[in-house]
Amino acid sequence: MIGSSATEPITVGLFVTCLVDLMRPTVGFATVKLLRDAGCKVSVPKAQTCCGQPTYNSGDNPDTRAIAEKVIEAFEGFDYVVAPSGSCAGMIKHHYPSLFANDPEMRPRAVALAGRTFELVSFLADVLKVENLEAAYDGIATYHDSCSSLREMGVKEQPRALLAQVKGMTLTEAPESETCCGFGGLFCVKYPDISGRMVDAKVDDIIATSADTLLSGDLGCLMNIAGRLHRRGSNIRVRHIAEVMAGMTNRPPLGEPVEKEKPRKEAG
Amino acid sequence: MESTTAAFRENTSKALSDAKLRDALSNLTDGFPARRREAIARLPEFDALRDAARDIKDHVLANLDFYLEAFEARVVEAGGTVHWCRTAAEARTAILRTCKTAGAKTVTKGKSMIGEEIAINEHLEEHGIEPVETDLGEYIIQLRHEPPSHIIAPAIHLSKEQVADTFRDKHRHLSPGRSLDEPRALLDEARGELRRKFIGADVGLTGANMLIAETGSIVLVTNEGNADLTYSLPRVHIVIASLEKIVPTLEDATTILRVLARSATGQEMSVYTTFCTGPKRQDDLDGPDEFHVVLLDNGRTGMLGGEFHEMLRCIRCGACLNHCPVYKAIGGHAYGWVYSGPMGAVLIPGLIGLEEAGHLPNASTLCGKCEDVCPVRIPLPRMLRTWRRRQFERRQTSYPSRAGLRAWSLIARRPWLYRLGADIAVAALAALGRARGRFRWLPLAGGWTQLRDLPAPEEGGTFISRYHLGEHGDGA
Repeated sequence: MIGSSATEPITVGLFVTCLVDLMRPTVGFATVKLLRDAGCKVSVPKAQTCCGQPTYNSGDNPDTRAIAEKVIEAFEGFDYVVAPSGSCAGMIKHHYPSLFANDPEMRPRAVALAGRTFELVSFLADVLKVENLEAAYDGIATYHDSCSSLREMGVKEQPRALLAQVKGMTLTEAPESETCCGFGGLFCVKYPDISGRMVDAKVDDIIATSADTLLSGDLGCLMNIAGRLHRRGSNIRVRHIAEVMAGMTNRPPLGEPVEKEKPRKEAG
Repeated sequence: MESTTAAFRENTSKALSDAKLRDALSNLTDGFPARRREAIARLPEFDALRDAARDIKDHVLANLDFYLEAFEARVVEAGGTVHWCRTAAEARTAILRTCKTAGAKTVTKGKSMIGEEIAINEHLEEHGIEPVETDLGEYIIQLRHEPPSHIIAPAIHLSKEQVADTFRDKHRHLSPGRSLDEPRALLDEARGELRRKFIGADVGLTGANMLIAETGSIVLVTNEGNADLTYSLPRVHIVIASLEKIVPTLEDATTILRVLARSATGQEMSVYTTFCTGPKRQDDLDGPDEFHVVLLDNGRTGMLGGEFHEMLRCIRCGACLNHCPVYKAIGGHAYGWVYSGPMGAVLIPGLIGLEEAGHLPNASTLCGKCEDVCPVRIPLPRMLRTWRRRQFERRQTSYPSRAGLRAWSLIARRPWLYRLGADIAVAALAALGRARGRFRWLPLAGGWTQLRDLPAPEEGGTFISRYHLGEHGDGA
């Protein structure tokens, strides 16, 4: 492992993403633990907010650039920047450089940051080469490939390889694991009926696997799918993959109340 | 064709509540992608072929004037005529004039999206000429007075029962006892009708999958052979094609053929692939006496060198439609004009205006599947974002949206303000959602909660606040 040698540990700036910050801090803590266990020196810049996707995907490039400049400032100086999200990491990696294409001052800084930015799961597997996760999970899980992780960040085998190290877990594949869940950021509230049909198809596909747990690397997809699963009365547990890999599953699954913790054993 | 694109919301709600459409679409989108996957698995060099196809198209687009003029010279040498048309109206005029000169009463037609784009059928009808679609799908929707809902499978929105009903309604001679339960029976019925039309037609109008500069040939790709009867039986063959269909050589054409059918239907080749060059020569046994190519620009040269340049690589295979989860949800008619799916969402605003088609680039999750399957690697998601950017720049984005984006940007740029707001909002939502862990309804979140619950935030505050207070999370 890179960080376990006698040399300086590699430094990682955690870009936790606004959804994790606001909705699911456990994913942030799990990410910190996974990175530290692998020998990284992790910092969490306080100045971070959002990567700018809501404005970017709405065509508002001036506001996006203003947000991106703040992100670039906050995350310069780390060996790597890691986000527990393919979507936000993809924004920094692929879209920041093109946003500043005509800005000679910002463009090199955006390109440099892009080169150091990774999605969590691929960072653990491809850069840190994590091979011995100390985690256990009792359940049958299926993994949803988020569009950005899969198609922007090249994440496909890495989560499967890492989940194979989790004791007690069986991983079962959903035939349509690569199909979009219909979240799409503001898309899901701008076109709720189309988004609803898409997430319904996604939920059908997940239920048909007989898995009791749904995992993914992007909280946006997970909130969308969990929301539809709950509305349809399913008791499939929904978690970010980082929670499971870090063994941080004491909190109830996404969208479940703390009180319902105990009877959950029968669920699924 | 009159556009209903501005009524996209109404179109989609109608489509989403149509159970028959839902069944038809699930058949389509499950079938073609699976067959495409199998076809590609049998061809390890498929991705290299995609690169080659992309490079051919890029080369052509960089030298379009040269290849178009070379094509024209070869067509003329072979005894044909090229009609250069800047607009749909000019193309309609050129076709009508040619038909009238030929004294045409009936025109048989092969499937052509450009024919749809310039609404040639309506134009011919208005001038007393009967156009007869000969592609089975096109024939069915012509009987029903519907536009195509898919660029390669125009009647894909219909079940075979609906087709049988249409034939019973329109084919007056059909005996009530005749069974039309099977697709084969439907095909035979259409064939019987069309055979008479093929023989009686004065002009055959086809599209072209490619135009070949080296030889002046046009390439027709079908699975029914209808295009072959359409061009070879009548006295006059008119080809209608947009100018980006040109490729330099026969060799290039075969490269594109190798990715075309595999991407479209998962076939290695379509059943019929025909190269037509000029009118009938002296020793030919059959073929038309006249050969006309109507070359349409209709805004395409305006796309050259701009942000939608790569869209001109499109070979109209339909792979982006077949794999699009939005198309699968709403079908083609909801897009409201000739094209649909991701390629339609990029192309339509350029052809009929961003104001009319403003919904289309927005009704996408930007999931990237279209670019992933595109045989010529068109960056469709990037182009959808470009349209959104232009809308924003032209202030076509609604005022509430713009105000919301501005507010979000102001907060996101000020971490202290963001933290303050986040801590208050999260504490309030976590407290409210504590009992159930989720919300069935929240003010201003109707778009979300209409069909799904909203998970409540974790209790205890935001990550950044908790982390900087020294917390390590649970179970650590």
